[in-house]
Amino acid sequence: MKLPEDCRYSKQHEWIRVDGDGGTVGITDHAQKELGDVVFVELPEIGQVFSADEVLANVESVKAVSEVYAPVAGEVAAVNSVLDSAPELVNQDPYGEAWFVRIKLTDSIELDNLLTADQYRKYVEEESAG
Amino acid sequence: MMSPLKKTPLHELHRSLGARMGAFGGWEMPIEYSGIVREHLAVRTRLGLFDVSHMGEIEIDGSGSLALVQQVACNDAGRLQPGQIQYSALLTEQGTFVDDILVHRLEESRFLLCVNAGNTGKDFRHIIRQNRFGARVTDVSDQYVQLAIQGPESRQVLQSLVDLDLAEIGYYRFRTGHIQGVSGLIARTGYTGEDGFELYFPPAAAVDVWQGLSRSGHSRELLPAGLGARNTLRLEAKMALYGHEIDEDTTPWEAGLGWMVRMDRPDFTGRAALAAQLEMGVRKKLVGFEMRGPGIGRDGYDVLRNGRTVGWVTSGSPAPFLQKNIGLAYVNEGEAFLGNRLDIQVRKRLVPAEVVKTPFYRRRRR
Repeated sequence: MKLPEDCRYSKQHEWIRVDGDGGTVGITDHAQKELGDVVFVELPEIGQVFSADEVLANVESVKAVSEVYAPVAGEVAAVNSVLDSAPELVNQDPYGEAWFVRIKLTDSIELDNLLTADQYRKYVEEESAG
Repeated sequence: MMSPLKKTPLHELHRSLGARMGAFGGWEMPIEYSGIVREHLAVRTRLGLFDVSHMGEIEIDGSGSLALVQQVACNDAGRLQPGQIQYSALLTEQGTFVDDILVHRLEESRFLLCVNAGNTGKDFRHIIRQNRFGARVTDVSDQYVQLAIQGPESRQVLQSLVDLDLAEIGYYRFRTGHIQGVSGLIARTGYTGEDGFELYFPPAAAVDVWQGLSRSGHSRELLPAGLGARNTLRLEAKMALYGHEIDEDTTPWEAGLGWMVRMDRPDFTGRAALAAQLEMGVRKKLVGFEMRGPGIGRDGYDVLRNGRTVGWVTSGSPAPFLQKNIGLAYVNEGEAFLGNRLDIQVRKRLVPAEVVKTPFYRRRRR
């Protein structure tokens, strides 16, 4: 399981990489493996505002559709429209080219609610053992 | 409380192959190994190997066996010779589906019904309730595992493991023979829209036969394939899935399966209701659609026309071989025409779709 140290993680399997008062959001390597072949990503629009745990995007794999939640509250500053034509990047490079959105954080204190790479690893291991 | 999921004798082997497992029809089954798309394409272009041991088997034998099969199944089993197979259905008195089945005529007075895993108990009770013919009805599901080898190269790969000439088994025919020395049934059937075989044999031999097929298929890049690919393959070929296109609320006329109902026979369960519906006409009809906008119409999504709900999706998915988003839906009878432009409610958006000809995929006969 790939888990970059410079990201924070949610229990719903999103990651956020913070840079100043903004952050880049995507789904984890674990999440893309669970989904299987991703065929379609439905992204929000720039300017949309989300609170933490609100549905931010939808990911369609061959077998199902899954919701992607905002790990923290914020306003969408950019969306990765490359995913419109190349949704398979989510399977190939979940922490890099397949970022979903950049958001402007409402309150950076919310980041404290998220997991570190180590904590997330343990969480996933317990979840799959349970 | 749900009873624990059943496991096939190949369960450990699937895990060792890295399968992602999931629940289906009361069983824990492999959903995918190397990815649905890859497995799907392997079956369309070369071959794939499926464990479908969850399927149920019911044997009907004795002097009243034909009469009982003719009572409970709507096709005409009387037309079968031993060694032949027929797609058929068990119907309620209302003419709706208890299950769709494959009827194998083993001998003059001996039939094997292959039924859906989750329906086995229901089907068995449905059949014995109507057994006024003195036939013997046995749930023999525990006596069989079932492997499906599917794809254009399946005959070549299976041939080296069996003691008969597979070229002599026509489509929807079967022979009894030996698979790696194990006695079993070799049927030229499948649920993928591709050429292939379904093998029925005792559970003790499951691992041996699976490994034999894997070795034999190695040079042709045989892939293990799961129920995920099985579903997308059957959808491209427009084969019905119980609980989706057919159930106890739908009739063969509505499902587009009228061809398997033999109304020329004097009686079978559900016939009267089907005759009445033939007279009255159907209110809903199954259609195939292709998405015309970005989005996938999934199972259960509403189908609309000018903002009014006119139906619902029964199965919808990306079609890996056709590279389109396709699906099947029940719509009001008046909306069921080719070229009709409908909308599908995909979350908060309406996405256009068009009624198209089915099956979406038809293999070229070689």
